Amino acid sequence: MGQWVSITVNGKNYTREVEPRTLLASFLREDLGLTGTNIGCDSSQCGACTIHMDGMAVKSCTVLAVQAHGTVITTIEGMAVNGKLHPVQQAFWDQHGLQCGFCTPGMIMSISYMLAQHPNASELEIRHQLEGNICRCTGYQNIVKAAMQARDELHHEHHQHMQEQH
Amino acid sequence: MYPAPFEYYRAETAQEATELLSKHVGAKILAGGHSLVPAMKYRVAAPSALVDIGRLNLNYITAAEGVLKIGALSTHATVASSDVVKHNCAIIAQGAAGIGDQMVRNRGTIGGSLAHSDPQADYPTLVTCVGATIKTSSGKSYNADTFFKDMLTTALEENDIITEITMPVYGSGTGGFYYKIPHPASGYAVAGAAALVTVEAGICKRVSLVVGGATVNPVRAVEAEAYLVGKAPTSENIKAAAAMVAQVIKNPMGDGYASGAYRTHLAGVASERTLVEAVHRAA
Ligand SMILES: Cc1cc2nc3c(=O)[nH]c(=O)nc-3n(C[C@H](O)[C@H](O)[C@H](O)COP(=O)(O)OP(=O)(O)OC[C@H]3O[C@@H](n4cnc5c(N)ncnc54)[C@H](O)[C@@H]3O)c2cc1C
Ligand code: FES
Ligand code: FES
Repeated sequence: MGQWVSITVNGKNYTREVEPRTLLASFLREDLGLTGTNIGCDSSQCGACTIHMDGMAVKSCTVLAVQAHGTVITTIEGMAVNGKLHPVQQAFWDQHGLQCGFCTPGMIMSISYMLAQHPNASELEIRHQLEGNICRCTGYQNIVKAAMQARDELHHEHHQHMQEQH
Repeated sequence: MYPAPFEYYRAETAQEATELLSKHVGAKILAGGHSLVPAMKYRVAAPSALVDIGRLNLNYITAAEGVLKIGALSTHATVASSDVVKHNCAIIAQGAAGIGDQMVRNRGTIGGSLAHSDPQADYPTLVTCVGATIKTSSGKSYNADTFFKDMLTTALEENDIITEITMPVYGSGTGGFYYKIPHPASGYAVAGAAALVTVEAGICKRVSLVVGGATVNPVRAVEAEAYLVGKAPTSENIKAAAAMVAQVIKNPMGDGYASGAYRTHLAGVASERTLVEAVHRAA
């Protein structure tokens, strides 16, 4: 039995009929073809499926698509603007924050949310807040470096923006 | 991994939710879904229907006349960052901040955690320590001390919905702390201890010490509490009290990660550390 959902993803509204048991991660990947959101585990622990739902970082493998009805979602595909990488994406590039890249979309969605919540996060706080994202390759060093670069860059952008307004 | 098929109903009010639950036999309540959906993915749970209460108006936090009220749908993140909780019952905010990870905290709710009554969850230990009351849509009230009945089992009647959790506020002179030894992957408590200590003129007047993670439900460390009352909160007295915690841990749970004996040991370690910090915060 199908259930209608209407969800805005990366600025575009989608209305689709889904089986209630459809996980939001599967909806994004299979119904909408947005395969940047990865599924890395069965136990809700790896964070590879992290997206923003109404501005909050959530694990899309642990949300039903029907629960997301009426929400506004951003996935990794929605982070770059006009071909310009988001500061967290650019920082992963600059700091070599990935090896196989499987965890990377979730890391970027998690870090961008964390820095919005804690713009002055220390290295220790960044490490702590990243506990819901698992990486099997990097040993996390360069991921943390990327998060710190992005934090500083976002500060810089913020100050420039403030100056332009004065 | 996909859950088994089920029917889905979204309720707008508590009354509608109650009607849907009584109409659909075998239906389960869905709040944040962060215990239920994983269980359904593993097919440990396969309800025939879900009644989604996620949009009910139960997401609020207020404090007045010595009582803190938390709506059942308040997420762990909301509770952890709430200034009202921090000012009135700080241990609850501090404990909520350590649940799972930031994504789990953005979805999981206090009502869902209490109804689920996971042996390794944090909220059952926390609300027992502060002496909370759990209120439901049918008008029932349960004391936290007698709410948790067994593994994943509470005193809640079938289809009753937790609507609100109330707790007495505490002010200066009383300190609270929750110390958890988390499982490295999930963050759940291998053992955790919550303490509230009131210190007056250098003497412990009131002590509440509850340990979780080692047994199916949180347990109050009655001997340790009684030992400390009337004594100065010195490190020797705290150590002696923490050594009594093992007495209340009957049938500790063990698994491949931590044996029952090890969890019992950790409950004592967590108790000592949490008492030290609670006393520090009482000053
Ligand atoms: C990766 C991961 C790590 C986690 N780590 C921790 C941790 O460290 N500590 C911890 O404590 N928890 C942890 N959790 C569990 C998390 O806190 C859950 O969110 C919480 O236990 C359940 O709340 P929920 O709103 O998601 O409930 P749901 O999953 O929606 O429901 C859980 C159960 O309660 C029932 N229910 C829900 N709401 C109500 C209500 N208002 N009235 C009556 N019945 C209701 C449902 O029918 C269901 O049986 C973790 C979860 C995950 C996925
Ligand atoms: S796929 Fe969602 S947490 Fe692993
Ligand atoms: S880069 Fe391979 S899992 Fe993180």
